[in-house]
Amino acid sequence: MSDIKREPPTEYILLRHHEIANIDRLDIYRKHGGFDAFQQTVTNMQPDEVTTEVKISGLRGRGGAGFPTGLKWSFVDQHNWPHYVVANADESEPGTFKDREIMEMNPLQFLEGVAICAYAIQAKTAYVYLRGEFWDIAESLDRHISELEAAGLLGENLFGTLYSLRIITHLGAGAYICGEETALLESMEGKLGQPRMRPPFPPSYGLYGKPTVVNNVETLTNLPSIITHGGEWYSKIGTEKSTGNKVFSLSGHVERPGNYELPLGTTFRELIFEQGGGIPNGRGIKAIMPAGASSSLIVATEEALDTPMDYESVPNLGAELGSASVIVVDDSVSIPWLINKTIHFFKHESCGKCTPCREGNYWMVHLTERIDSGQASAEDVELLRDVAEQIKGKCLCALGEFSIEAVLSGIERFPADFNQTVAD
Amino acid sequence: MMNASEGANEYVKSLTPLASKYAAEIEAILAKYPPEERRSAVMPLLHLAQRERMYVDRETMGEIGEILGISSTEVASIVGFYTLYYDKPGGKYHVQVCTDLPCALRGADKFLQELCERLGISPGETTEDGLVTVEEVMCLAACDKAPMFQVHSGQGLSYHETQTVENALKLIDELRTMAKRGPGHYESAE
Repeated sequence: MSDIKREPPTEYILLRHHEIANIDRLDIYRKHGGFDAFQQTVTNMQPDEVTTEVKISGLRGRGGAGFPTGLKWSFVDQHNWPHYVVANADESEPGTFKDREIMEMNPLQFLEGVAICAYAIQAKTAYVYLRGEFWDIAESLDRHISELEAAGLLGENLFGTLYSLRIITHLGAGAYICGEETALLESMEGKLGQPRMRPPFPPSYGLYGKPTVVNNVETLTNLPSIITHGGEWYSKIGTEKSTGNKVFSLSGHVERPGNYELPLGTTFRELIFEQGGGIPNGRGIKAIMPAGASSSLIVATEEALDTPMDYESVPNLGAELGSASVIVVDDSVSIPWLINKTIHFFKHESCGKCTPCREGNYWMVHLTERIDSGQASAEDVELLRDVAEQIKGKCLCALGEFSIEAVLSGIERFPADFNQTVAD
Repeated sequence: MMNASEGANEYVKSLTPLASKYAAEIEAILAKYPPEERRSAVMPLLHLAQRERMYVDRETMGEIGEILGISSTEVASIVGFYTLYYDKPGGKYHVQVCTDLPCALRGADKFLQELCERLGISPGETTEDGLVTVEEVMCLAACDKAPMFQVHSGQGLSYHETQTVENALKLIDELRTMAKRGPGHYESAE
């Protein structure tokens, strides 16, 4: 995908197509150890040994929540069968485009990861839920799955054991909310993609009411190398609590936007200036959104730029790492304009189930439009803050909760931008 | 209503027009889900139904409902909820430009505005020949290659990245030529 030449800071774990040409071909993938890890798990490991190895690795969910993956698997109810795996390939957060590159360029490693997860929780069916726009990717995954079945790497009685596995793709139809795991399950069941009340969580009550693990594409793609090299090896990459490599999606005002695989704990400065080539047109950097449109706005101070991008350090800046979708904003941008953009997105994508999110985002669009066009009064900014505060803590899922992050942090951290746009 | 999955085949064939035309495809879709959870097939069936005319009429919604054992109102609610389904005819090709924040930072708003001006329409409208609808859409996971758009026809979706207005107009001309040439490719709505 990316045509940027650079020295990788460490061995690629995920974007291995940068090192191995045609890794999406089964013969090439096999030549580089592909499906050895899955064969090893099925023939030489007990399911709970796989889970233990993943716990040792310290791998945390890459979809945004950062929840420990092995721990999630260990919650699967062993008294209710069958179990399901659902790979979350509904990537739709503005600023996020990493799962698409993984599935397009290194699809077999992703499918091997799905298979390893399925064995660990003894699921015989795994679904890949792709956003509707990934139509071509779904077709290509279908072809890879058929090829794997023909090669005896998926299907009945794998490697001469009693274990069987089917992987099935399912296309969504354009709804950001379906990236939320319980909304995704509702959508898979043929219903409106609206989040469920939790608990119960999917490992006890998931797809069709059965125990289900929902994991993000990037999370799953890490698994083959964790099995091959061991959880201990993986845990030494990155920082103590945020282990491993992460694909950072870099977008906005940078010379070289794109996906960069770097160890967790790499600084914003290295990603934006060394990898991404800095800010174009001689402009200065004003703000950073580290978790896409769902993110709080970070003031791009020297201290912020030197902050490591990991799950523990980013909160010190009053934001979250989330899916590590780093949107860079230069000093030509007005923050009220930016907030109007993000709220416009959340208003469109609100599923309508919770009143604070559905109505709140509707009114915040009106208010931010007025502020951005310079027709607002000082009370309008206060009203905007008030509406945002009333959404906080009152929604069933993260969409509503995250819709206010840019609003509240923008008003608080960039007050001058609001003073300028407010009419006297 | 059919319950047993083996009965579905005969039942599906007895229906018209979607089921009689796409019996094999429908069978393959239903086989993806447990027989007692056939409702899961509603989304792939709607994608199938849009293949030719890029929208789903009430009759077809009723037919899908019958295949799955749910009401046509429930099918209609799915059509209404998800943005890739249409309940009214539009252009044969939907040119969908992402104008979300990361794309907007790289000029997507200006791109959309100029493209529409050159085509003589506003966002959301269809060109006079009824072939091309230009729409503003939410994030398409291609933020590093803005301005970008996808072309959505019933036959599939294709991404077009790092675009200029000139490139886009050239592509739209090609789509028009293709649509007018293809036999049975562009059927009138009714």
